[in-house]
Amino acid sequence: MSRLKTACTLAVLLSGSVLSTAQAAGTLTIATVNNGDMIVMRQLSQEFEKAHPDIHLNWVTLEENVLRQRVTTDIAMKTGQFDVVTIGNYEVPIWAKQGWLTEIKPDAAYDINDVLPSVREALTSDGKLYALPFYAESVMTYYRKDLFQKAGLTMPDAPTYDQIRQFADKITDKSGQVYGICLRGKPGWGENMAYVSSLANTYGAQWFDMSWKPMLTSDAWKKALTWYVSALKEDGPPGVTSNGFNENLALFASGHCGIWIDSTVAGGLLFDPKQSQVADKVGFASAPKGPYGKGPTWLWSWSLAVPVSSHQGTDAQTFITWATSKEYVKLVADRKGWVAVPAGTRASTYAAPEYQKAAPFASFVLNAIKTADPSGQTAEPRPYTGAQFVGIPEFQAVGTQVGQTVAATLSGQMTVDQALTAAQSSVTRSLRQSGRAK
Amino acid sequence: MAIKTKRSTKIAVTCLGWGIALWLFFPIFWMILTGFKSEVQAVSTPPKLIFAPTLSSYAEVFERASYWHFTFNTVIISVGATVGALLLAIPAAYSMAFMPSKRTRGTLLWMLSTRMLPPVGVLVPIYLLARSTHLLDTCTGLAIVNMLTNLPIIVWMLFTFFREVPAPILEAGRMDGATRWQEMTMVLLPLALPGIASTALLSLILCWNEAFWSLNLTSSNAAPLTAFIASFSSPEGLFFGKLSAASTLAVAPILVLGWISQKQLVRGLTFGAVK
Amino acid sequence: MQAVLEHSAPKGASERKGKRTGLLLLSPAVLILLVWSLVPLAMTLWYSLINYNLIDPTLHGFAGFSNYWYLLTDPDFLYSLLHTVILVVGVLIISVGGGTLLAILYDQEFFGRGIARVLVISPFFVMPTVSALLWKNLMLHPIYGVYSAMMRAVGLTPIDWLARFPLLTVMMIVSWEWLPFAVLILLTAVQSLDSEQKEAARMDGAGPIAQFRHIILPHLSRAISVVVMIETIYLLTIFAEISVTTAGGPGVASTNLAYLIYSRALLQFDVGGASAGGVLAIIIANVAAMFLVRSVARNLEV
Repeated sequence: MSRLKTACTLAVLLSGSVLSTAQAAGTLTIATVNNGDMIVMRQLSQEFEKAHPDIHLNWVTLEENVLRQRVTTDIAMKTGQFDVVTIGNYEVPIWAKQGWLTEIKPDAAYDINDVLPSVREALTSDGKLYALPFYAESVMTYYRKDLFQKAGLTMPDAPTYDQIRQFADKITDKSGQVYGICLRGKPGWGENMAYVSSLANTYGAQWFDMSWKPMLTSDAWKKALTWYVSALKEDGPPGVTSNGFNENLALFASGHCGIWIDSTVAGGLLFDPKQSQVADKVGFASAPKGPYGKGPTWLWSWSLAVPVSSHQGTDAQTFITWATSKEYVKLVADRKGWVAVPAGTRASTYAAPEYQKAAPFASFVLNAIKTADPSGQTAEPRPYTGAQFVGIPEFQAVGTQVGQTVAATLSGQMTVDQALTAAQSSVTRSLRQSGRAK
Repeated sequence: MAIKTKRSTKIAVTCLGWGIALWLFFPIFWMILTGFKSEVQAVSTPPKLIFAPTLSSYAEVFERASYWHFTFNTVIISVGATVGALLLAIPAAYSMAFMPSKRTRGTLLWMLSTRMLPPVGVLVPIYLLARSTHLLDTCTGLAIVNMLTNLPIIVWMLFTFFREVPAPILEAGRMDGATRWQEMTMVLLPLALPGIASTALLSLILCWNEAFWSLNLTSSNAAPLTAFIASFSSPEGLFFGKLSAASTLAVAPILVLGWISQKQLVRGLTFGAVK
Repeated sequence: MQAVLEHSAPKGASERKGKRTGLLLLSPAVLILLVWSLVPLAMTLWYSLINYNLIDPTLHGFAGFSNYWYLLTDPDFLYSLLHTVILVVGVLIISVGGGTLLAILYDQEFFGRGIARVLVISPFFVMPTVSALLWKNLMLHPIYGVYSAMMRAVGLTPIDWLARFPLLTVMMIVSWEWLPFAVLILLTAVQSLDSEQKEAARMDGAGPIAQFRHIILPHLSRAISVVVMIETIYLLTIFAEISVTTAGGPGVASTNLAYLIYSRALLQFDVGGASAGGVLAIIIANVAAMFLVRSVARNLEV
């Protein structure tokens, strides 16, 4: 019997010593999202490795939700598996406050002042910069010029939500599988709630009052959500509760949407004839306004940061300065064309005449991002910043939970009133549990 | 079976048998087909059955991720976990089948019950343990976790197979002076081989398809095919073609293995049906 | 069983020696499983009593039973329990019922039976994430999906499966994966059925239904128990299919216990709350195991 046991022990030990591979020095593990711009970065990173022969790059590319879980677990438990992480401007200030991120000090050649101020500001906490923006986005309205022409409509430069609704009614043709309006409906704080929160802002609604009491049952929320639900029920595509940014992009690109209000980053993909069947028919306008009209405005940036737990902080900083530099933008332009360069981060990109020529939406997007103000004035004073999110750690959970409730109104399980009441009580619970609200 | 089945019944059975088979297999067929479409063809409505096939989706999948790295890891992990589990389970099942005590039944059911709680409930403890033993992101770590999660089922399956081996045969062996070790390796194992082989196959399949631990305990070095799929599941833009191609690649090896060993699986999984 | 006991239980000293060897053989597996289940269990118990949130380290200290209190008074908790039961029972009924019928069908001789069998069991080899993605995007998608195209072709409005019938759709997808497994096991059992027995029954004038009830079904009872046992173990912890298709929604319409705990642990990063959920899941698992013992294990002569 002892022979068998020895055999077992041996087998386990052997497999252990053979299989475990130690992390080689000089290897950076980079965790990133599987979005198009990051895929390009990964392909072009060979150039970086050529220029820095002592640094080897190891890529972990995952879907957004999975990535967020992996990275958060790793950083919170200080495991140090990742040397570079891709995170949004929601995480940066929160994580910086926890002391999880390394301060970034780019050199003069990096020209940090070229980075758009609103984007830079969103990655700064207590006057220190904690991440470099890879690409940034705000929100805008896309529409199909051909459908509008056929229906005899013109899209104003700055539409209102009432107008959008009328347009959507007119161009919906369900038998031809053309749906007047596509909006995010997939539950998630970064999916439907990003859109719904920014819709609510312009209707004069907000998440919390100064004492962290949720304000979800306010009239403004009711009006905003009623607009959202009725527009999608009457003019939206089927399966709307599964549609996030990517799904809507696919729908619009394959000609199924009349109007789509979403991130500015979609422009580069919709105007690209290789990826879009409607490349020559896309029009754009600014994001619609509701009755309140003001309020904070959508700003998101996918940024590269270095966790404190990384053992190769210096090399990691070298990499992220390269990936967000002017030279990198040039490199993408040379290899993939100007329309594919990462958008929304650098003034110099927008100053390039080639980019303006390749991307008809360039100056429009530049303006949208420049004027984006996540800490804008809501109807009543508020204790948090953020437009399409609430800048507190609890928001991931709270937002996703409310997102599910909102999705339930789309699928007809709840009325708007029921949903908002349910959301109000679940958010109250969560904030009480976390100790933020009394 | 029957000698004089009516002709009409025969035709009905053939139609039904093939109809259901094709219906159940259709999603897999469609996935393979979509992998050979371009992204634009993949979302055309109505869906096209006849089209000019292209390898562009496959090309892109291979360009984006090192498929062989992921596959290699999956193979190592699945095989390692299966071998390890068999090494532990065979003696345990032998002891339970041939040297039962009052506690055998309880032990077996306790083992099975360890398998019934959602893994996410113990994610943080396991993650911390894996980190402190330096097993995070190693094939060894993931193989051990897979081995442990499948061990209860393997013990139980082997136990049922061993029990079908008539004890007198083993007794006879012992009379001839065989030790326990010889008895187990020379007499029992050959007799129970179909069952062991089927158990091993089942364990391979389960390890191959395990997603939760694979995603949470690996990052790059030991990332298996389930992590490969997670990088294609909802990227920007049109992705049905790439998703189908990647899925086909992730499923193909185990599917082919399953097809080849189908007869063996059917023969081995008797669970005492043959007396 | 009886025979085994008689033969392997000699008397006296050799009996004691036999017991010791038996224990020795059993102990590696048992010990390693003990460590594997007890150490995390102890840690989970401890976490469930403290405030522990990954993204908010300022929150710490002893929480008493507040994690349990928040979980048990959460209206979603009861729904998730209900959905867990519905999923397990539903898939078991579909796979055992359908599996039995299909096993009998594929036991019949017909042209190309071997290939047809291979096709039927194929879905079992497909990884859960892939099959969920496949069904969601290529099959059931209300615009691009094949099923929707078929419905449109006959003039119907495609159904938005995942929004209208989320739990049922998840159940269908899971059944698609596990039905082949049931067929596999049950087919083996049907094949071993003595054809002489069936022949004799037919001679006695038993119709197909009577044959099924009195001969085939009793013969299959053991294989059915095996299917129920293995599938229950996996169905209690279904997660990937839900996370890929509906993420537990809309609302909580398709949240089961595993997904609820997941949302605590990896969306809220609330380790304390998730651990409390884990402890409750362990209790439920043991209840389920006891239930299985009573109804199934007897059949297995364990």
